[in-house]
Amino acid sequence: MTAWTPGALAPRPQAAPVGRMLAAQARAELTLVLRNAEQVLLSLVIPLGLLVLLVTVPFIGLEGAPDRAGRADFFVPGVLALAVMSTAFTGQAIGVGFERQYGVLKRLGATPLPRAVLLGAKTLAVLAVEVLQVAALSLVGLALGWDPRGPVLAALVLVVLGTAAFSGLGLLLGGTLPGLTTLAAANLLWFVLLVLGGVLFPLSSLGGAEPVLSLLPTAALSTGLREVLQTGAVPVREMVALAAWSLAALGAAARLFRWE
Amino acid sequence: MTGLVKRYAGRAVVDGLSLRVEPGTVLALLGPNGAGKTTTVEICEGFRTPDEGTVRVLGRDPRDPALRPRVGVMPQTAGAYPGLRCGELLRLVAAFSAHPLDPAMLLDRLGLREVERTAFRRLSGGQQQRLSLALAVVGRPELVFLDEPTAGLDPAARHATWDLVRALRADGATVVLTTHLMDEAERLADEVVIVDGGRVVAAGTVDALTRTGAVGQLRFRATAGLDLDQLLTALPEQCTAKESPAGAYLVEGHIDPQVLAAVTAWTAEQGAMATDLKVERKTLEDVFLDLTGRELR
Repeated sequence: MTAWTPGALAPRPQAAPVGRMLAAQARAELTLVLRNAEQVLLSLVIPLGLLVLLVTVPFIGLEGAPDRAGRADFFVPGVLALAVMSTAFTGQAIGVGFERQYGVLKRLGATPLPRAVLLGAKTLAVLAVEVLQVAALSLVGLALGWDPRGPVLAALVLVVLGTAAFSGLGLLLGGTLPGLTTLAAANLLWFVLLVLGGVLFPLSSLGGAEPVLSLLPTAALSTGLREVLQTGAVPVREMVALAAWSLAALGAAARLFRWE
Repeated sequence: MTGLVKRYAGRAVVDGLSLRVEPGTVLALLGPNGAGKTTTVEICEGFRTPDEGTVRVLGRDPRDPALRPRVGVMPQTAGAYPGLRCGELLRLVAAFSAHPLDPAMLLDRLGLREVERTAFRRLSGGQQQRLSLALAVVGRPELVFLDEPTAGLDPAARHATWDLVRALRADGATVVLTTHLMDEAERLADEVVIVDGGRVVAAGTVDALTRTGAVGQLRFRATAGLDLDQLLTALPEQCTAKESPAGAYLVEGHIDPQVLAAVTAWTAEQGAMATDLKVERKTLEDVFLDLTGRELR
């Protein structure tokens, strides 16, 4: 091996501009999500498959939605909520849990990348995946007869609030528990929140538990989206619930998150 | 760094450690397993906070984020995204610095070109280790911490690592490395700090360390039964001389050119000729084992 050219390693320390760091890290995060078969399954395949099944095979009876279009109007918002939960909560929790376990965060902690930029990049990657999810689910939903009404802006606000709440919960879980525990807990919670989230059936069929259950983040997002997309009414109660979840979860994550 | 103390569960892992690194030099922290080397370095890197003592890195608190671009770190235990490829990881970390080294050149230099497109989790231990080294220096830091940089490397990779450390030093960077390999410290370090039980037990240049308190040995053969008393009067006080077995002589003490001259003058006076003359100095390994004990723990 030839000798090093003198000066080739001369120190020239300076952090890159924040924008460049953010772009590079967000690209890496997105690459990892798309390369991870489980993540793609969780984020895209399961929601899409579920949507097609729920709308076309009437094994869950819906009062007041006799036809396929009516079923689509009910299920598309629910599955959108499920997709946001899968990406922002389950995917992030598992990702962060294993990043801690594998020492990725320790490695990044030894680079010029600031923590805030790391979290920003994770958020950008989550949003990018959500754009893909919303596009795919909306197209399939429209093909199945979904007929959305109501202000898109209100729906977007709900999705952003839901993303913030789920990200906070995901970072809280992944940032405090060991990788495998996170994996188990995140999948369990995903299932519980799916069943109790107003995604598969209306919460009203659970009777007296509805007022409490409807404040859970998945339920708040799915009923909020359904309300705004079916009737056009701005779902203030659900927005407030999601905002409260965001504040609590992000606050707790900021305090309790462990980088190693 | 002065009076550094770090306790885990009440036990002091680092116990009143003080050291100073001159800019542009290589310092080796040498010590047996569990001596507190990694803990000391991780405090400097800002991964841990000391229980007592003060640490300044480039004049700043080790946790100061402003240090991150200026300090390169190769941790002993740190992973990377298992799903990212070797080249992707290096380019990612390069993108965090304004004036990084060329990642392709570093991959070539460290023999990682063939595995550029291999996922991190599929790299061998030695390849992960070399990538870790590349990640530590790609941002062109002025101070580099390398925690056991050659542990588990094959000889070629070890030499490539040593070349890199020497080149860093030649280009004005400061390097702090930990090792339990004497020859590594001997080859690379301007200054060696031997730590044991969380304390500095010896510090200095390799030369000074192997000389201090040093018992060197001078062996030679000559006619049996020469007059040793006469030799002893010619030697410095702390030197000893004996003949054992007959015709084989051993002088122990601080062997310098004067001692050597005295010995040859004495044999000449005795009408004898010294043959097989051999001076053995202590190696750093002897110093290390003398100071840290020879028992396993």
